[in-house]
Amino acid sequence: MGEHVIKLPDIGEGVAEAELTEWEVAVGDEVREDQVLAAVMTDKATVEIPAPRDGKILWLGPAIGDVVAVGSAIIRMEVAGEGNVAPGEALPEPEPAPQPEPAPKPLAPEAAPAPVAPAPAPEPALTPAFAEEDLRPASAEIGLPRPPGEAPLASPAVRRRAMEGGIDLRRVPGTGPAGRIVHDDLDAFIATGGLPVGAPGTAKVRNTGVEEIRVVGLRRKIAEKMATSKSRIPHITYVDEVDMTALEDLRAKLNADRATEQPKLTLIPFLMRAMARAIADQPEVNALFDDDAGIIRQHGAINIGVAAQTEKGLVVPVVRHVEALGLWDCARELARLAEAAREGRASREDLTGATITITSLGALGGIVTTPVINHPEVAIIGVNKLAVRPVWQESAFVPRKMMNLSSSFDHRVIDGWNAAVFIQRIKDLLEAPATIFIDE
Amino acid sequence: MSDQRCQFLVIGGGPGGYVAAIRAGQLGLDTVLVEKDALGGTCLNIGCIPSKALIHAADEFEKARHFANGSALGISAGTPAIDLAKTVAWKDGIVGKLTGGVGSLLKRAKVRSLIGQARFLDGRTVRVEGEDGPLTIRAEQICIATGSAPIELPALPFGGKIISSTEALSLAAPPEHLAVIGAGYIGMELGMAYAKLGSQVTIVEAEDRILPLYDQELTRPVAKRAGALGIDIRTDARARGLSDDGALEIEGEEALPADTVLVTVGRRPVTEGCGIENLVLDLDGPFLAIDDQCRTSMRTIFAIGDVTGEPMLAHRAMAQGEMVAEIAAGEPRRWDKRAIPAICFTDPEIVSAGLSPDAAAAAGHEIVTAQFPLAANGRALTMEAADGFVRAVARKDNHLLLGLQAVGAGVAELSASFGLALEMGARLEDVAATIHAHPTQGEALQEAALRTLGHALHI
Repeated sequence: MGEHVIKLPDIGEGVAEAELTEWEVAVGDEVREDQVLAAVMTDKATVEIPAPRDGKILWLGPAIGDVVAVGSAIIRMEVAGEGNVAPGEALPEPEPAPQPEPAPKPLAPEAAPAPVAPAPAPEPALTPAFAEEDLRPASAEIGLPRPPGEAPLASPAVRRRAMEGGIDLRRVPGTGPAGRIVHDDLDAFIATGGLPVGAPGTAKVRNTGVEEIRVVGLRRKIAEKMATSKSRIPHITYVDEVDMTALEDLRAKLNADRATEQPKLTLIPFLMRAMARAIADQPEVNALFDDDAGIIRQHGAINIGVAAQTEKGLVVPVVRHVEALGLWDCARELARLAEAAREGRASREDLTGATITITSLGALGGIVTTPVINHPEVAIIGVNKLAVRPVWQESAFVPRKMMNLSSSFDHRVIDGWNAAVFIQRIKDLLEAPATIFIDE
Repeated sequence: MSDQRCQFLVIGGGPGGYVAAIRAGQLGLDTVLVEKDALGGTCLNIGCIPSKALIHAADEFEKARHFANGSALGISAGTPAIDLAKTVAWKDGIVGKLTGGVGSLLKRAKVRSLIGQARFLDGRTVRVEGEDGPLTIRAEQICIATGSAPIELPALPFGGKIISSTEALSLAAPPEHLAVIGAGYIGMELGMAYAKLGSQVTIVEAEDRILPLYDQELTRPVAKRAGALGIDIRTDARARGLSDDGALEIEGEEALPADTVLVTVGRRPVTEGCGIENLVLDLDGPFLAIDDQCRTSMRTIFAIGDVTGEPMLAHRAMAQGEMVAEIAAGEPRRWDKRAIPAICFTDPEIVSAGLSPDAAAAAGHEIVTAQFPLAANGRALTMEAADGFVRAVARKDNHLLLGLQAVGAGVAELSASFGLALEMGARLEDVAATIHAHPTQGEALQEAALRTLGHALHI
């Protein structure tokens, strides 16, 4: 029997630390070689840590949400035969890596133990010996204000008010410390008609529970990114409608005739190509604004991030060098990236380096959105829902397949006029799709 | 014989009765108060207030005696003397001021006060034998607040050298040798006061320790101080009576020469003399039984204060009186107090509110508790009062405070914070997070809470 220590592997270029986002196993589990043990997340990529050989989990180091330095021990396993450390050898404690510099503090309170934190995390000295949840009446699920037989706790003023209002405090749930009934609880009780909570015949029951969810992993990254974008960038959002009838006809034709190995075309590749044409005229929108340094970097490469929804939230895989890709190339790359992102296997490369972004909610797209720019980019093109609408043409309404584009620009570096010209150009290209593909 | 009617009749003008009457008057009830003796009752006339006056005088005298031998403070003074008759006169002045104040408060609340012995004719009618002749009063609602009186020992009937607390508050001179029967709070307070006034004091207690109603942690500093004052405490001892030569006989011990024997073995409810027995009210032991609205078994008759049993405390009676008046005026009220603080004005003082650790555990609570010693409190040290501590008792699961206790010089004033914290349903964290002014003894309360939480700062 030996002990095998798994350290956080080097995940990719320049990555010095990663955030532990998931434990797939618990201490005591028997695992097989290649079984996924944990997931860690760097800036955007999620990397799974597989078991190097069969064995039994002895110790799980970091808690979920901890940022761990590359090379620190995160798992110890008992393995048959020799391990990779001498038995009993003291392991250096996993060093928590410093938080990435620009990132604001994690939203979750540091002291709060993660819900599934492994045992060894010592409790900070000042943490009370019980968790806040413990203060909730144990019988909250069944709607009783407090355990049977326990007298209600309330200040004299609250007691007086209840007495004068004819309210039996035993029926009033308390949300204050130690289940104390406060004036707000009385107000709420009165507002609900003073129905006996959980009494037979009342279908609805007040739920005063509060669930604490630690914001970790991808959700935390998204929260930080969004906060940075919205706090730093004065957004101007411009909406226009596009007649997609001609493009939809073309798309249907191309899909009908496509070869088996070709992916099904969605609207996005057309939009990407149209954007590439429009950017050629207005390179200022395909840029990264380093606002700390005061430098705008206009990129020759048109790397389009396409926001995709996955189970765990939003990720933005990047189609690189759209200026050099044809329509089918775009579609193919997009399909590959979308699948990788959805399955959580997108590489770091796949997820970084965008110079401009498309966001689309597909069929959920609504009429208008106010997209949030992916800082430090300066533009984001939002695709709304395509629908047949009546359009006035010459002397009659005709049914047309209409779609809105809701796009946001960094108003510090893009004037409203330029934003409008850019979107009008895309609109023209999409409405006469042949022009997308005709070389000048 | 003239007849009168009223809406609310109070029998007894002690702290319970006069508060009930004032509040009823404020609420517009036509109210009559009957007092057989003096407004203010035991508390103002022969209890709380005069005993505190005597204790204060004894403390001051003892301080002066202490300075006569020089002191660590560098103060020295001549040998003091005390004219106890003058002290008693000063005390009577305070009592007079306060009872006079009660009279004018009643007047301002439009309460008719009568001096005389009240006697129930039936559940709604009371006959008063007063200075102005007999009078019959018919009342819609009646509040019995007749209080309590010292218990007499059959072997040591009051009279002559055998006195109760009442006489002990008006002695002409400190007895040379004072024997105190009963080491409850009254016996300890007065025994310590007379020891300071120069009497040779012996305290005879049947239980195995002084102040048996308080836990030993709290009483230990008092026992220590009593020893330092030269008080001879005999525990597990029973007084049997006086010998022919006037010495106090104690079971199995030598007779004790004593020129004064103070009997403080408890207080009994005053129910005789006012015809309460005619009403056949339900009793709880010797006391009148009451419900959570202080109603007796007769719906229109309330009872409050000592006549309803323990704890026999003026502030309990006052709170009951206020509540009863409001109920009588038609307001919805119910006794829902969480804490009735109790204080021993011994040296050092003891204050207790809510449950002691033992009582909390006995009530089935899982508790956390800790005490903060006054020896670590700056203010206590500057007052030469390092003996004692503040203690917090809380539920283990949610840190709800169950009890607060303290022993130390001047800690009686902490009872306000203790009562407030308990009544408001404070948790340890609430007290710990409240800024307590420095340098005060109150800081010890905050520290006791912190220490119970496991992170006291100053110890």
